[in-house]
Amino acid sequence: MTVAWQVGRVIAAQRETATARTLDIDVPGWSGNLAGQHLDLRLTAPDGYTATRSYSIASAGSGTRVQLAVDEVPGGEVSPYLVDQVAVGDELEVRGPLGGWFVWRPTVPTPVQLIAGGSGIVPLMAMLRSRRDTGSSVPFRLLYSVRTAEDVIFRRELEELASSGLPIDWVYTRSAPEGWAAPAGRVNKDSLAGAVIPLGDAPAVFVCGPTSFVEAVADILVSLGYPAEQVKTERFGGA
Amino acid sequence: MAVFSRGFTGRRREQDPSLPPGQYLTEDFPVLSAGPTPRIAIEDWQFTVRTEQGLLHSWTWDQFTDLGLEEVHTDIHCVTRWSKLGTTWRGVSLDKVFAVVDTHDEFVMAHSYGGYTTNIPLADLLDGQAWIATEFNGGPLDPEHGGPARLLVPHLYFWKSAKWVRGLTMMDRDDPGFWEQNGYNLYGDPWKEQRYS
Repeated sequence: MTVAWQVGRVIAAQRETATARTLDIDVPGWSGNLAGQHLDLRLTAPDGYTATRSYSIASAGSGTRVQLAVDEVPGGEVSPYLVDQVAVGDELEVRGPLGGWFVWRPTVPTPVQLIAGGSGIVPLMAMLRSRRDTGSSVPFRLLYSVRTAEDVIFRRELEELASSGLPIDWVYTRSAPEGWAAPAGRVNKDSLAGAVIPLGDAPAVFVCGPTSFVEAVADILVSLGYPAEQVKTERFGGA
Repeated sequence: MAVFSRGFTGRRREQDPSLPPGQYLTEDFPVLSAGPTPRIAIEDWQFTVRTEQGLLHSWTWDQFTDLGLEEVHTDIHCVTRWSKLGTTWRGVSLDKVFAVVDTHDEFVMAHSYGGYTTNIPLADLLDGQAWIATEFNGGPLDPEHGGPARLLVPHLYFWKSAKWVRGLTMMDRDDPGFWEQNGYNLYGDPWKEQRYS
């Protein structure tokens, strides 16, 4: 295996929601990463037992600082440790960056539609940051589906991006904020059709979220006529 | 140079000998696909093997399943680190398919509806090691898990078990398929942890 494990140190940690936390990790040997890539993270117990999981990277570009946003999986082995236990100053082993498919490159001029379900926002956030940090003028639009307003990860930064011109469409599946025009519910063909970059602009579409969300959204996009080869997906969890 | 994770003890202390290194057990069946799920009707489905002479062997769904389905009990291992033990499938052994194919090529590219590809040495598809699976857990294979038919090569990481498979093309060298061009190992043996290129 040519990708080596590297030791990083947690330099910042911030609670994002009741179940999710961002971790900023400084990895001295990090080679930088493309927006959308992921890494492997390994924990080691005192007796040498290890547990490894893959996490999407929320940051992009050169530099040795990577950010993860981890949502706690109930009964999970690694995510509860990252959300509740690990502290600034602790060391973590990581390996990466990994993956060369679900990535956005600032040199590609095609308009980009991002569609996130829950913590599926993480690799899409890396794309939004990459666009902002490179001064790209490629048109972007984000659709973000969450259970409630309290479940939004990266809330403040998304509000800043929205106020600087990024179109964001919100979908609340469990309960909508007071005064919100649409009732709470999952995306459907009608709501999706009105909330994504039109077919005529031939966008590249990135969809990330739980399996059921990604399956539903990708099926609707194809039924609306978006070419399957323009829809990249990343799913997590069982079917 | 182990780096210990302060306060981490881990949940599973015993190492299951059925579990390759770096894998964890899952009870559900995670889905990983690079794009939308193709929906292929059985009436439209066709399976084709193309040889170096340009010969095409083609089967319709009925012709193919008439080759004979056998039951397969196996463990499966995904490169994203989940393993699922004791799964039950039904499918056509690739030994039956290659019984009628004349080839000297040693490598195979599997092609799927939707455009996915993956490369596998022919030797890994023979001798009771690989199937075209049409059923999972006693029912038809769901589209999101690769139905109507997927390749099943359980001794390699599961990305080699191409979903929505439509055919095999013989190759004289081991050209990389889709994930193999996107950072993943050319062969993918889970017991050697051949995850990445």
